[in-house]
Amino acid sequence: MTTQAAISSYEVDHSGPNYIAVFIYLAILTGIELGVYATGLPHVAKVGLLIALAWAKAVLVAMYFMHLAMEKRALALIAIIPIVLVTFLCFMLLPDLTTRMWTKFDHKIKVTNPAEMGAHPVAPPPVQAPIPQL
Amino acid sequence: MSEAAAVKTHDRGAVHADQLEPSLTPGNLGKLGMWTFLVGDAMTFGAGIAAYGALRINNPNWPTPADYLGITTTAIMTFILICSSVTMVEALDGVQHGRQSKFQTFMALTVLGGIVFLGMQAFEWHHLIAEKGMSIQRDLFDATFFILTGFHGCHVFGGVVYNSVLLIRGRMGKLPQAKAGLVEIAGLYWHFVDLVWILIFTFIYLI
Repeated sequence: MTTQAAISSYEVDHSGPNYIAVFIYLAILTGIELGVYATGLPHVAKVGLLIALAWAKAVLVAMYFMHLAMEKRALALIAIIPIVLVTFLCFMLLPDLTTRMWTKFDHKIKVTNPAEMGAHPVAPPPVQAPIPQL
Repeated sequence: MSEAAAVKTHDRGAVHADQLEPSLTPGNLGKLGMWTFLVGDAMTFGAGIAAYGALRINNPNWPTPADYLGITTTAIMTFILICSSVTMVEALDGVQHGRQSKFQTFMALTVLGGIVFLGMQAFEWHHLIAEKGMSIQRDLFDATFFILTGFHGCHVFGGVVYNSVLLIRGRMGKLPQAKAGLVEIAGLYWHFVDLVWILIFTFIYLI
């Protein structure tokens, strides 16, 4: 096979995904995200939808722009590792999230000097509740 | 060693030699190396976002991000990064098919997209710091915002430098079709940066 023939066959074989279609899907999903964000849906539903849409976009990028769909499955397994580990990390954080004392009370932060709050009145630093005496 | 044992050992060795994975070659070493780096980087971002979620859930006084952060600006930034991912795959297509002018045009657009993104982020940070008084030292809302978006911004900066080096190599005629793999590896990094921003945009800005 001549070099030219090799290049020609290479060109024929290299029919990648339709990147413009992927781009359009990503743009549409971003638009839907902004739409969901702007609607008055209940907070839980809104959060669930936004996370699902973000993952859909991330999967599109990984599968087509990063060519995971065309690679060997072993590479996809490597790529999934961080997702699995971060999921475990979230579960490992759960005991901390559910046993914090200060989340179980109506936690009101006393502002002793309003001037210190500046232009950020609703974001005071979280204060750890005192450790209860045993 | 008995003769039977020697044959058995020999047989086992022969089977293993046939079944071994092919050695890492220059053709696949770079891609595997980049994927390994990206997996580690994804863990760092994942741990950062998980920590952000834990801190936020634990704090009943956490503000609504949209009250402070500009959603319109960051939506445009998201769109620019998605566009730059498309220009990156077009640049790869150009170099893969030996079309240097296509490669250089689209790689220049990719670099431009990264620079515009960084410029908009600098504008956003300046607005938040100078006009809204946000600071990394003030509270956890501010600290997590600056750390996560700043870490991502550092990645974009790294990507701009990385892509610029490839663009300069292309202009110097040192990126022939045979080295298209270098652009594919750079593309993996750039698309990962896009992917992470998609998640940061949702978790930090929209939710």
